[in-house]
Amino acid sequence: MSLNIIVLAKQVPDTRNVGKDAMKEDGTINRAALPAIFNPEDLNALEQALRIKDENPGAKVTLLTMGLPRASEIIREAIFRGADAGIVLTDRTLGGADTLATSYSLAQAVKKFGNYDIILGGRQAIDGDTAQVGPQIAEKLGIPQVTYAEEILGIKDGKVTVRRRLEHGVETVVAPLPCVVTVNGSAADCRPRNARRLMKYKYAVSPSEKAKLSDEDQAFVNERPYLNIEEWSAAYVEADPEQIGLAGSPTKVKAIENVVFTAKESRRLDNNDEQIEDLIKELITNHTIG
Amino acid sequence: MANFYTDNPDLKHHLNHPLMQKIVELKERNFSDAEKFDYAPRNFEDAMDNYDKVLEIVGDLCGGLIAENAEGVDHQGASCADGHAIYADGTVVNLDACRKAGLMGMAMPRRFGGLNFPITPYIMAADIVSRADTGFENLWGLQDCAETIYEFADEDQKARFIPRVCEGETMSMDLTEPDAGSDLQSVMLKATQDEDGTWRLNGVKRFITNGDSDIHLVLARSEEGTKDGRGLSMFIYDKRNGGVTVRRIENKMGIKGSPTCELVYKNAKAELCGNRRLGLIKYVMALMNGARLGIAAQSVGVSELAYREALAYAKDRKQFGKAIIEFPAVAELISVMKAKLDASRALLYECSRFVDMYKLYEDIAKERSLTADERAEMKHYSKLADALTPMAKGMGSEYCNQNAYDCIQVHGGSGFMKDYACERLYRDARITSIYEGTTQLQVVAAIRHVTTGTYKALIDSYAAQEVKPELQALKDNLAAMTEQYVKAVDAVAAVNDTAYTDFMARRMVEMAGNIVMGYLLLADAQRNDSFVKSATVYNKLAQAEVTKHADFIANFTPDQLAYYKA
Repeated sequence: MSLNIIVLAKQVPDTRNVGKDAMKEDGTINRAALPAIFNPEDLNALEQALRIKDENPGAKVTLLTMGLPRASEIIREAIFRGADAGIVLTDRTLGGADTLATSYSLAQAVKKFGNYDIILGGRQAIDGDTAQVGPQIAEKLGIPQVTYAEEILGIKDGKVTVRRRLEHGVETVVAPLPCVVTVNGSAADCRPRNARRLMKYKYAVSPSEKAKLSDEDQAFVNERPYLNIEEWSAAYVEADPEQIGLAGSPTKVKAIENVVFTAKESRRLDNNDEQIEDLIKELITNHTIG
Repeated sequence: MANFYTDNPDLKHHLNHPLMQKIVELKERNFSDAEKFDYAPRNFEDAMDNYDKVLEIVGDLCGGLIAENAEGVDHQGASCADGHAIYADGTVVNLDACRKAGLMGMAMPRRFGGLNFPITPYIMAADIVSRADTGFENLWGLQDCAETIYEFADEDQKARFIPRVCEGETMSMDLTEPDAGSDLQSVMLKATQDEDGTWRLNGVKRFITNGDSDIHLVLARSEEGTKDGRGLSMFIYDKRNGGVTVRRIENKMGIKGSPTCELVYKNAKAELCGNRRLGLIKYVMALMNGARLGIAAQSVGVSELAYREALAYAKDRKQFGKAIIEFPAVAELISVMKAKLDASRALLYECSRFVDMYKLYEDIAKERSLTADERAEMKHYSKLADALTPMAKGMGSEYCNQNAYDCIQVHGGSGFMKDYACERLYRDARITSIYEGTTQLQVVAAIRHVTTGTYKALIDSYAAQEVKPELQALKDNLAAMTEQYVKAVDAVAAVNDTAYTDFMARRMVEMAGNIVMGYLLLADAQRNDSFVKSATVYNKLAQAEVTKHADFIANFTPDQLAYYKA
């Protein structure tokens, strides 16, 4: 039986390159100032999914993302790297969701998707750093979850073996399928985009993107079913309007402060191992590092 | 993480050269593959977009993974055990990534699993890879050998070997031997036939880059009793058949990630590629021209890295209260580095376009007969490619070494330490002016284009192009240099002595090169203002160089040649 793998992914502002204008006056993220990227740990999750596919010929990897219509960009990115298909869950009513509303919406989409064997996702997204969405989806679907995964060691007899990276070591666990696995950044990097796949799929579009194409280009896409990225609405996944978007989000942001780090004290060390070692010990003791 | 393609707008400038329209149309045969292959382009814009996007993958991989691994690969190096070469850990990772990215067999036709790219974007990828890890460029760039199989092997061999290269198997060209380096006519490796016709190879090959590759092209003596190049044939050795062991690998100064092997052939089963006796005189010559273009690209990649490392350090390093780039002596060094980089890159892509043009016609000629115009065009570009390849390799590799030298100079004492990349690239650069024919041998290949006027005709065609008024002064300088060049060439010709011509050859080839590159940068500046600086700096440099050589030739009398004999 061929495996059906869902990879949860998010298009996020690239908070690794934050400039002065990263925040707006009201404390929300200025998305226009930051490039939108594939959430890094979701790429780690995608790689684990693609490895499962390598080991299990016939397995199908589908990327599921919730976001703005332009999130189809990360679907194409995933397809270039080896994913088979993608779905963008997008709807005005889904906007402003906290983790509770997000996990509800995604869980509804997963239910709509139906027949799945394993759900993989990054541990957390770099814009919110909550690490809550994956586990909440598992709860809502009533299936087991494995967090902090570093490597999926194999799938056999309806069970997945996962090596987890924990604070003080590693742990290998076995979980029955279906389950949710969230993957750490310490896992293998995602494989590169493939040149042939890129050339084949670069014209893949979602319905809202297709609507903007010329008649000729629309016909080109229509003739090739593999160039169609699915777009699902809240109504399509039968989401309760009360549980999605702002309405379904109990989390309210009170205020966001822009913290600028400044050097408070400086100390001069001689260039020898002893002094450097002492400083490292001191920094570990006062929990600055480690 | 940097992207070595998108962070360098000069590459896109060269990719978007006007001649690409014709190259793409010829390469894609009016886009007929689009019906058969789902990744084939629909039209010119689509094809160009493909090159652009695939080069972005190359740039991403190079700016991230491959550049990050370069230092570790240099430290660990390749090794040898149990008759095999073992890559450094980083090299294994790099190769795997290139395979997964589908960057092998880039220039091979789609029916064999290739990307069907013209030579120009492929060479651009080599330029980018070399900037990330010079030694890795060798391993990746040996996919070039598939071109020789495509051109000269039979259909069955093409169908068996080329798809394997496109899937990521590596290649090597086993040419040199302990007593046959530059002089390949002396190759001794023996090829004999069993009674059933199977070819067997016996002997030793030395200095073989990536000598433990999956698929080897081997030059061997198939005609017993012969002593010269006409007794040599080309063979394909498949590692799966066994019979070749790596006796040792060289402990080299640079490109340490690329294993340079000594190979022992013991009754190794092989198959003939093409016709007997044409191994050296036809196939190796073709192979070498491809390889030389590859080394020209490798050289430009190193020049790019040298320039960037120097620039970054000069901006960062403060002395006497300011960044050292503020000091005119340092700023000049860096400006000249950039000018040499831009000049050699302009020549590289001019050459690659010419190679594309004539090879495409050659390939089309296998499917249908060419029209008289097409045949004339093929001959025209073939000659130009033949003239520019040794120039691009010879002068490009010399500039690359000069830039590597100056990169260390900008770093001062720190550059002499092992702490900075400049030290590695200085060592890596050194081989570029030696292998695939030393600079001196490039001059031997190029000089006939001085004496028969190929360069002069090319220069005249450049001179016929209009430039903006603000560039006219540069163009006038180039016209004056051309006069000096013609005068020098005539003076040497007048002596009518081969030894004298040989003695002056490098000077004349360099003069031609200075003028050709000067015009190419002028054309770049005409299309794109960002090249005005390099066009001007190079113009000054070229003027000084041309005058230097012109003076030398003018002030030399043939009898003085005696003092230069060892």
